[in-house]
Amino acid sequence: MKDITSYTDLRAIYTDTLIDLGKSDERILVMEADLMSASGTKPFKEANPTRLINCGVAEANMVGVASGLSSQGFIPFVNTFGCFATRRAYDQFFLSANYARQNVKLVGTDPGVTATYNGGTHMPFCDAALTRVIPDLVVVEPGDGYSLHHLLKAVYEHKGSVYMRLQRKGNPIVHSKDTKFELGKGIVVQDGSDVTLIATGALMLSQAIEAAKELAKENIKAAVIDMHTIKPLDEELTLAYAKKTGAIVTCENAQMIGGLGGAVSEFLSGTAPTIVRRVGVQDLFGEVGQLDYLIDRFELTPEHIVQEAKKAISLK
Amino acid sequence: MDTQELKHLQNKAKEIRQLTIQEIGNLGLGHIGGSLSIVDILTLLYYKMMENIDPLDPRKEGRDKLVLSKGHAGPALYSVLADKGYFPKEWLMTLNQGGTNLPSHCDMNRTPGVDFTTGSLGQGSSAAAGIALAEKFKNSGATTYLIIGDGESQEGQIWEMGMFAAQYKLDNLITFMDYNKLQIDGTTSEVIDLEDIVQKWNGFGWFVQRVDGHDIEVLEEAVLKAKAQSEKPSIIICDTIKAKGFSPAQGLQSSHHMAFSKEVAQKALDDLLAE
Repeated sequence: MKDITSYTDLRAIYTDTLIDLGKSDERILVMEADLMSASGTKPFKEANPTRLINCGVAEANMVGVASGLSSQGFIPFVNTFGCFATRRAYDQFFLSANYARQNVKLVGTDPGVTATYNGGTHMPFCDAALTRVIPDLVVVEPGDGYSLHHLLKAVYEHKGSVYMRLQRKGNPIVHSKDTKFELGKGIVVQDGSDVTLIATGALMLSQAIEAAKELAKENIKAAVIDMHTIKPLDEELTLAYAKKTGAIVTCENAQMIGGLGGAVSEFLSGTAPTIVRRVGVQDLFGEVGQLDYLIDRFELTPEHIVQEAKKAISLK
Repeated sequence: MDTQELKHLQNKAKEIRQLTIQEIGNLGLGHIGGSLSIVDILTLLYYKMMENIDPLDPRKEGRDKLVLSKGHAGPALYSVLADKGYFPKEWLMTLNQGGTNLPSHCDMNRTPGVDFTTGSLGQGSSAAAGIALAEKFKNSGATTYLIIGDGESQEGQIWEMGMFAAQYKLDNLITFMDYNKLQIDGTTSEVIDLEDIVQKWNGFGWFVQRVDGHDIEVLEEAVLKAKAQSEKPSIIICDTIKAKGFSPAQGLQSSHHMAFSKEVAQKALDDLLAE
């Protein structure tokens, strides 16, 4: 496939990576619920005409069929908007895929505010929280194009179901071709000693890096961690930076209840109680708007992260 | 099917009913009604129709499979699997006990011979369609059998699967609908009527038959006709009697999930043997 930096959209990296993986493994299937055009997986269908299964607008059935296919050794990558992937087909994903110990890779696109003009009905704020409570499930949200490419390979190799939050558009480059990616292992993007910004997903990782730059102007040294795997949480890294900086800000493009902020707080409260401020959607429903409007509306800007970082430091 | 074979299968069905009454009777409560209504279907499948199945190799590649989407009828399937030798018959006396391998609803990771985990109604149907599609990919020639309930047919997922299986021409998927016409809160016609059920499935592009779900000979003919279909999934609507063969509650709505004493179980077993 092309150089990762040459892609304009993450969804194209997603599809090209699956095409690559699919060349040597015919067990890989792609499933869609009438959103192939949005997911951008049409090239996979062109490369493998029978291995893209369009299930029509029927997400519950799609996840169930995927589970049945998995039971016979196939590895289905199941795509739809994150709201439908989780809210609509939750019981199917919970029972047929996870309780039945199947190997279903569910990919919820347009996480959080990136659903923009589709608005409140389509805005997945709760998918991270919903999936995080499923036993043994891996929940992942790549932070850039390299991250998506390598983590997708790891997701494929992982034996068990996975939920991936996937921002379709844009390709912010944070990591490099030498960065090592491993499920469940956060990546220190930059070191710091005053506060740790733990971010997940492409949007919020970029916001956190911007916030760290702002903080640096005021001589506040912020560490930035790409916590691409929300579950299982990288407890070792979280603990190390809790001890090192004594103040944490979690940054997520999702409902802050039950998501990354929840995971970090739950872990630290029982191991090394540390001030954790959370940047995320504060118990609200989504709404329509341009991305910039929504980022501001739901307080996901670098300025909000800076504010929370200062608050966290002051509470040490 | 010759008379001798029919007799053998009918006797086998009676044995399976006995085992199921003992199994649930030992616990003192359970889904007796919907378990006993599918015994003749299960008997025909496991003792005659299903190919390449092996109790010593429960996950044998290329075997025919059964998804019991009405997962609460697990106890009937467990009786068959125990009788076939997938696990010791003593396990039947552990139904629903802590640590058992035989939970109320089917679990493929606990019970040898169970082909898919079910329990939340509607879900087994999509899993079965996925299995049938997988067999198509593998070109295995294996048949996937699916048993759904009548109350279960009120689930939207059944009909999502119905459209999907027709679209993908899953002629290796044969579904039985256990139409005992009783669900927890009343008759199906009182709660949410399913009629015209034949018309509905016809409209979904399936090959539809409607038969007496307790007549093993007729059931076999229907399965053979279904297997001969190409490009269409099949459904066999089986008119059945809930709790068939359990004299204390045969045909009663209360049999869906009921408590009964060991004495009542014994009386039922005596009546069954006298039939």
